[in-house]
Amino acid sequence: MAGRQALKVYLDLMSQPCRAVLIFLKDNKIPHTVEHIAIRKGQQKTPEFTKLNPMQKVPVLEDNGFVLTESDAILKYLATTYNVPDHWYPKLPEKRARVDEYTAWHHANTRLHAATVFWLEVLLPLMTGQPTNPAKLEKALSDLDGTLDKLENMFLKRQPFLCSDDISLADLLAVCELMQPLGSGRDVLKNRPNLLSWRSRVQSALSDSFDEAHAIVYRLREKFTAKL
Amino acid sequence: MSLEIYLDLFSQPCRSVYIFTKKNNIQFDHKKITLFDGSQYGEEFGKINVLRKLPAIKYGDFCLAESVAIMMYLAEKFHTPDHWYPADLQKRARVNEYLSWQHSSIRIHGSRILWFNLLIPKAMGVEVPKEKIDNAVEDFDGSLKLFEMKFLQDKPFIVGDQISLADLVAVVEIMQPVGAGMDVFENRPKLKAWKDRVREEIGAELFDEAHQALLSLQEDVKTMDPKKMDPLKPKVLKYFLS
Repeated sequence: MAGRQALKVYLDLMSQPCRAVLIFLKDNKIPHTVEHIAIRKGQQKTPEFTKLNPMQKVPVLEDNGFVLTESDAILKYLATTYNVPDHWYPKLPEKRARVDEYTAWHHANTRLHAATVFWLEVLLPLMTGQPTNPAKLEKALSDLDGTLDKLENMFLKRQPFLCSDDISLADLLAVCELMQPLGSGRDVLKNRPNLLSWRSRVQSALSDSFDEAHAIVYRLREKFTAKL
Repeated sequence: MSLEIYLDLFSQPCRSVYIFTKKNNIQFDHKKITLFDGSQYGEEFGKINVLRKLPAIKYGDFCLAESVAIMMYLAEKFHTPDHWYPADLQKRARVNEYLSWQHSSIRIHGSRILWFNLLIPKAMGVEVPKEKIDNAVEDFDGSLKLFEMKFLQDKPFIVGDQISLADLVAVVEIMQPVGAGMDVFENRPKLKAWKDRVREEIGAELFDEAHQALLSLQEDVKTMDPKKMDPLKPKVLKYFLS
């Protein structure tokens, strides 16, 4: 299309949903440019960024003047606008509904509980200089455990990926959240062979783009565990 | 092929599915589940939805949970008018954007107010610390400000000139604290005007019918057997108060 510029995405790779968006773009070879926004430096609060997104959050997508927030909306927009393999967000209503079901459930479950563990173990201590509150961490880990039980017993019960036989947006969003606690050296899937297998399958399906996006998490893990 | 929909109209996402199907004249078998009775834990319902959450549908052999997914699916299968979930990808993305954001904001904060201000103290007989109540109200207020600033702006509806799934999901969640006696629309003229428009588009009768259970909750709780909610108590207290 004449005059159409490539997509622009505003990302902080420390953010789980940002990683999901970047991996999707790279894996599907969708032309894009990345503007890095460092949340830890407050770059989401600049006047320019605030004009773009008054919510002061990442990720943000800009497609020739169309500005979109919320990673699941962004991923669904990309999957339907560009010619990507059907398995990401299937056209068949019954298959698509399964992905929509997971992406809805994800917010108050996988995202909330994995992020809370990371918040308590890494971000809050970094920000306040106080050690992690053990009672709160225990509760957060217990809540996450409940979510992991549901992932195993419901979504992954009869199939290799969360919504079907093949990887979809659901697996991408979930895996990025479940990688986050690794920043403190904690592998939340450690004692769960089914989930470990699922994560391997997802990593294989995504190859380079997965590790590239997660480099920041691996670096954080090194720094964090070196301190102990 | 029969469509079964499992609902308890006390629940916000059940109301949005109920309103959507009725408004679009989608025929369904209304299976009533009373959440306060714990009937979502029965064997029968477990076959429909392992997570034991409402709403849930069974269309032929196909089972589905999550109100947002349900409505997107029904919109497609029953060819509802385009404005509900537009085919235009950018308009659709706007609907998805709201539906995504609301999970961690308005939905959580609105729910908390009903539980903290009414159900936990009056139906369960457990006192809720004032700080928690004040925080819930403050958080809800913050969400409403963001809603008006980012999603509504100066448009009649969230996506523009016409009502969509975004408005429907928003209105049922924003109504929830009204069940606890909170006047959500006081001092919020823009929000009130939007709510009135949404109610009119849906049809005042349908809107009011769907909200009847919620709005009579304050009265119902007065005559409710205090032991009724005992089975739910541990879960609820752990979820909301720990």
